[in-house]
Amino acid sequence: MVFETIARNIADRLDCDVATITEETTFESLGIDSLDTVEMVMELEEELGFEIEMEGSLKTIGEFAEFVESKRP
Amino acid sequence: MSFRILGTGHSVPSRIVTNDELSTFLDTSDEWISSRVGVRERRVCTTETAADLAYQAALNALEMSGTKPEELDMILCATISGDDASPSLACMAQGMLGATCPAMDINAACSGFIYMLDTAAGFFARGKVKKMLVIGAERTSRILDWNDRNTCVIFGDGAGAMVLGEGDGYLSSKLFAKGGDSVIKIPLFVGMSPFYDNETLEPYVHMNGQETFKFAVNAMCQDVPEVIEEAGLQQSDITWVIPHQANIRIIDAAKRKMDIPQERFCSNIDRYGNTSAASIPLLIDEMNREGKIKEGDYLALCSFGGGLSSAACVIRW
Repeated sequence: MVFETIARNIADRLDCDVATITEETTFESLGIDSLDTVEMVMELEEELGFEIEMEGSLKTIGEFAEFVESKRP
Repeated sequence: MSFRILGTGHSVPSRIVTNDELSTFLDTSDEWISSRVGVRERRVCTTETAADLAYQAALNALEMSGTKPEELDMILCATISGDDASPSLACMAQGMLGATCPAMDINAACSGFIYMLDTAAGFFARGKVKKMLVIGAERTSRILDWNDRNTCVIFGDGAGAMVLGEGDGYLSSKLFAKGGDSVIKIPLFVGMSPFYDNETLEPYVHMNGQETFKFAVNAMCQDVPEVIEEAGLQQSDITWVIPHQANIRIIDAAKRKMDIPQERFCSNIDRYGNTSAASIPLLIDEMNREGKIKEGDYLALCSFGGGLSSAACVIRW
């Protein structure tokens, strides 16, 4: 579920087709840097209603979704 | 009674360090720094001290306001990278100016300048002062790990000052702190006590950039609308938003979430980097000298940084 939310968020942000974003897609290939991911985390915090403390950097959208899911209380 | 701003000034070291120059000894690039931070070049002290910068910025502000040093009733200085733990930077500036009033430093890291304005407003409210000098001055180059490409590329040295006089230009303010050292920590020098057993960190800026970014954007988005409302204004009334120049991406992210036209958010981080407590008065003085700020304009100032701390205020020029 988190993956779908993130994919939709990225598709909105980049104005691209959500179907082109898979769990294996890397942030780098989309031109999304670490501060963009922090902004996405902030939006997710609002949407999901829990705090997501940032640590290190993640390469793929799938890893990112897993990280966010692991923060769910 | 609070205060109004009678004059502004700034001073920066003459040495310019470009991103290209940094990339000669760090694994970084102009493209990386420009896009992640928004800095193209910064000023770095070579022979200047923080006191020199504070003094020169103060002289410029005094000259604009037509004030003599002996007329000052108080000097405050916001800094975290002064030359000495003692004397305070404010005392050094007082001595160099030949002023005779009390002087002290304030430490609220990058939020220091607004914390200082709020402190100044208190002295005016109690009728203790008629003219005050407030200075934000930093020699951040002294507290950076120049081998750490994540921090040293962000900061720069500089100072900004204001002369304040009696008036009612300080309309509203908010100060906030969320104490802890897990996001930003700048230890003091290690010392040589043979009795101290704790592990010590190098006395440089240690920062979790991602958490700092989150705190800063959230602070800006909460504090600015609050102080505008407290001043009895609408967001559209604000002529200029003067944010602490920490990272252009923080300003970009925050301005997208507010109802203030984007072109009213001001910035000069591309030329100076993050000068901590000096960034707001440095930016205001540049704009003031360019004639961009007119009598009656409403300025919303906001800042955020180590502490963690944040602050915002609305000033009528």
